Amino acid sequence: MSFHKPTFAHPELPINKVGYRKKDYEGVISTLCAGCGHDSISASIVQACYEIDLEPHKLAKMSGIGCSSKTPAYFLSNSHGFNSVHGRMPSVTTGANLANKDLTYLGVSGDGDSASIGMGQFVHVARRNLNMTYILMNNGCYGLTKGQDSATADLGSISKSGSENPFQGIDLVGLALELGASFVARSFSGDKSQLVPLIKAALAHPGFAFIDVISPCVTFNNNKGSTKSYDYVRQHIEATSEFDFVPKEQPIKVEYSEGTGKSVTLFDGSTIYLDKLSNNWDPTDRYSAINRIQEGKKKGEIVTGLLYINPESQELHKLLNTVDTPLNKLTEKDLYPGDGILDRINDTFR
Amino acid sequence: MKPTDIKDPEYFHKVVDCQYACPAHTPVPEYIRLIAAERYDDAYMINWESNVFPGVLGRTCDRPCEPACRRGRVEEEPVAICRLKRVAADNKGDVKNRMPQGPFSSNGKKIALIGGGPASLTVARDLAPLGYEIDLYDEWNKGGGMMRTQIPAFRLPEEVLDEEVNYVLDLGIHTHFNHYVESMKNMLTKDYDAIFVGTGAPKGRDLKLPGRESADAHIHIGIEWLAGVAFEHISKVGKKVIVLGGGNTAMDCCRTSRRIGGQDVRVVVRSPFKDMKASPWEIEDAQREDIPILNNMPPKEFVVENGKLKGVLFGHVRAEYDDNGKRKLIPTGEPDTFIEADDVIIAIGQDNAFPWIEKDIGIDFGKWDIPVVDRDTFQSTLPKVFFGGDAAFGPENVITAVAHGHAAAVSIDLYCQNKNLKDRPDPMTNLISQKMGIHEWMYDSGVVDDLRYAVPHEEKKLSLSDRKIEVELGFDKALGFKEAQRCLNCDVQTVFNTSRCIECDACMDVCPTSCITFTNNGEESDLRSRLMAPANDTSQDLYISDILPTERIMVKDENVCLHCGLCAERCPTAAWDMQQFFYNVTKASSGCLVAE
Ligand SMILES: Cc1cc2nc3c(=O)[nH]c(=O)nc-3n(C[C@H](O)[C@H](O)[C@H](O)COP(=O)(O)OP(=O)(O)OC[C@H]3O[C@@H](n4cnc5c(N)ncnc54)[C@H](O)[C@@H]3O)c2cc1C
Ligand SMILES: Cc1ncc(C[n+]2csc(CCOP(=O)(O)OP(=O)(O)O)c2C)c(N)n1
Ligand code: SF4
Ligand code: SF4
Ligand code: SF4
Ligand SMILES: [Mg+2]
Repeated sequence: MSFHKPTFAHPELPINKVGYRKKDYEGVISTLCAGCGHDSISASIVQACYEIDLEPHKLAKMSGIGCSSKTPAYFLSNSHGFNSVHGRMPSVTTGANLANKDLTYLGVSGDGDSASIGMGQFVHVARRNLNMTYILMNNGCYGLTKGQDSATADLGSISKSGSENPFQGIDLVGLALELGASFVARSFSGDKSQLVPLIKAALAHPGFAFIDVISPCVTFNNNKGSTKSYDYVRQHIEATSEFDFVPKEQPIKVEYSEGTGKSVTLFDGSTIYLDKLSNNWDPTDRYSAINRIQEGKKKGEIVTGLLYINPESQELHKLLNTVDTPLNKLTEKDLYPGDGILDRINDTFR
Repeated sequence: MKPTDIKDPEYFHKVVDCQYACPAHTPVPEYIRLIAAERYDDAYMINWESNVFPGVLGRTCDRPCEPACRRGRVEEEPVAICRLKRVAADNKGDVKNRMPQGPFSSNGKKIALIGGGPASLTVARDLAPLGYEIDLYDEWNKGGGMMRTQIPAFRLPEEVLDEEVNYVLDLGIHTHFNHYVESMKNMLTKDYDAIFVGTGAPKGRDLKLPGRESADAHIHIGIEWLAGVAFEHISKVGKKVIVLGGGNTAMDCCRTSRRIGGQDVRVVVRSPFKDMKASPWEIEDAQREDIPILNNMPPKEFVVENGKLKGVLFGHVRAEYDDNGKRKLIPTGEPDTFIEADDVIIAIGQDNAFPWIEKDIGIDFGKWDIPVVDRDTFQSTLPKVFFGGDAAFGPENVITAVAHGHAAAVSIDLYCQNKNLKDRPDPMTNLISQKMGIHEWMYDSGVVDDLRYAVPHEEKKLSLSDRKIEVELGFDKALGFKEAQRCLNCDVQTVFNTSRCIECDACMDVCPTSCITFTNNGEESDLRSRLMAPANDTSQDLYISDILPTERIMVKDENVCLHCGLCAERCPTAAWDMQQFFYNVTKASSGCLVAE
């Protein structure tokens, strides 16, 4: 088994606007099981960060515990990172973000990490609209502890050992919509052509951007009867749109047909293009998104794509009206303006 | 594009860049691995099978394999393939018992080999074990051809050459040394079933300039002069020497001069330095011996005073290239330069010469006295006469002569059995999985970062004091191991099984050099534009799978694959496997054995 990736890269790799090759966004070699969906998501993160010209040192990778939460080691070796306790990634990210809002925050989590032990954290980070990208690597099981059913396992899904899940699965996409998340999407680790632009858009979105990525666990949940296996997902996937994300200043090359097309311009000037494949659904309308998902569920479809986006999203710092300077850069001088000013303020209350 | 047919032996052969580029198709990575495993005898024998002169070639080969080596495409320099061969030769034990053991039972056929260079010796090596009775003729007193007469002893010690020539001659070859063949007509009257001509390109070009005749005593033709030194008819040269010419012969002449009296030795070329034909390493070696190379100076006149050579007068030019890259040398108008010289050596090329082949016996000649020879069969227009080595298509090098020898031996063997010469047996190939455990391979799949190691040299003063002291000391075992580890094992192929792939993308994601892409099919140029990394080198193939369940295909650009095996290690279904590909070029001894 090789634990070292050769250092050689393709000699003609193109360089992005900030001077890096895609290789410069990679991490160390993965120790996850060969074929794990999580590795494909890592590769998509690498691709997305390279494509949006993000400087690696301006990103912080946050995670909890689980195979999924191990992945930050396997991408962006030159970024900041915090591997927190099980289920606590959201609160650690909230703290980090409040202290330094100049970094881009990318949290990755598992379905166990988010929908069981970390459920309380997930709920609050969503409703606070923290400016972060939250990628759920959803395999319907606790991969790291040998594949027990997780809270997102679908009712009736069969585990590797043959038992049928008797419980209703939690759909974190539905929950996020209910909680007021400002960017909600679902995708599949095996569909990079959809996942990469979604991650790019999520990173650009100002506010809580949640992507539920179905990510098969090849070892414990890729069996017949599992609703999170490669085969099952491929058979039941239903994309809501052809999707593309175009960062500010990049030429637009999408073409879409009259009537079904929709473009959403984000706060930073970048644009999302959607060519809708579903009718009766408007991605900027939360309730139509909820309906579309329910409708799909009834038909046994796994509805993917960008499901909802609030173009007017106000992220946590806006809501709290914090100063422009990141809090960790405020000096004693900034925080303590001196006795004179303090007296003047106090006087106004007299 | 159509799915790749990996059953075609040439597909994977081409992936092994070094082996493919080697005229004799030596299984390079295989012998390099054996060197790393300290199995020097085995490494030597793999070479001996393919190229007959591992010890000679490990010191002198023109190494067409090295510019082809994939390592040169992912870092600065290729693997020192050539000098590793020498490690095998230097460290082997007694290998004679592993070679064919005579006496061989006769098959009743008799053939003549004219010329005793590497081409003829290869024919002899391949045919003797099949029962052919072989007569070898050479004008000199020993075998080896130009390997003996031209390649100086400081690059190739005589003992090394003798050993490898004798391995062949000891197979029961009847040698006729000191025997210049004067007439082909006469040869044809003898009872030979076939005749092979391996007489080389023995005529050195002269330079007819004013003063040439009157200064003749101190003006020498390079290859004649080198032969004179090799056979010790010449043991001295003047203090001031000018060598004219920019090829490898010129390099050997100037370096030899430095060892037999030349103190102020210069090489003068008429065109730019960068156009010199000599191998870069030979130029380097000459410069290291304090030999300046002056360029853009065409000679105009041998200056003679009182019937004695004084030196050479040179003009000055600059090179201009037209749109087709064709060069023109244009005088710069600078005043001519006179350089003093006690001796001048002319090393400006060699030609074929067949004064001994009568023109009316059915052997046709084309331009420049070069015989008309079939490129595949090496047969001349007279069916029982075959040509090979420098004699066939003009001067090349030892490894090309060997490759010709193998092919000509196949032809002669077919000819003697009245078979169709164009109906050539296939090469021997084999594909063996390297899987040992779940993620363990039989080969060392790690890719080391080490840069190319330099071969240690003898101390300069000592090596210049005696023309028989070898300059290069060779890699010792430890250095040889390190250099061997740089090899990427390009013969361990990535073999894809479409029906096993579940399209998890793991292989595509892990590949360090972005070789693998899963995408929709298309025409080659379209596909090349849509891969994970640029795929602009069209001489490197794309490996195309059958259609996968998602309607996509797997495309692998072979160009910079490191053969690291990570794709196969990360594949959950073993859709990729690492398999060692062995390719053994068709040889008379392996392909078409004569009836027992
Ligand atoms: C100075 C010099 C340096 C070289 N260095 C290298 C090197 O480092 N590496 C490399 O790969 N190549 C080198 N070469 C080229 C290489 O030596 C030849 O390409 C190679 O030896 C050709 O082999 P061959 O079998 O065709 O014939 P040769 O080696 O030329 O042998 C032909 C033999 O036939 C003999 N002969 C010719 N006519 C007759 C006749 N009528 N009757 C009997 N005998 C005859 C000749 O005397 C000679 O001995 C060098 C060449 C020169 C001139
Ligand atoms: C506080 C705490 N409780 C329990 C565990 C044991 N544990 C480790 S990983 C894990 C579940 C991980 O599942 P998930 O988040 O879905 O990640 P996956 O491995 O499936 O990617 C559990 C319960 C722990 N590490 N810490
Ligand atoms: S790396 Fe090794 S196998 Fe590959 S081309 Fe170079 S020498 Fe040959
Ligand atoms: S062996 Fe596989 S992983 Fe390694 S470079 Fe080649 S294609 Fe890529
Ligand atoms: S790792 Fe194996 S199964 Fe996965 S895509 Fe590659 S070949 Fe197919
Ligand atoms: Mg999980």
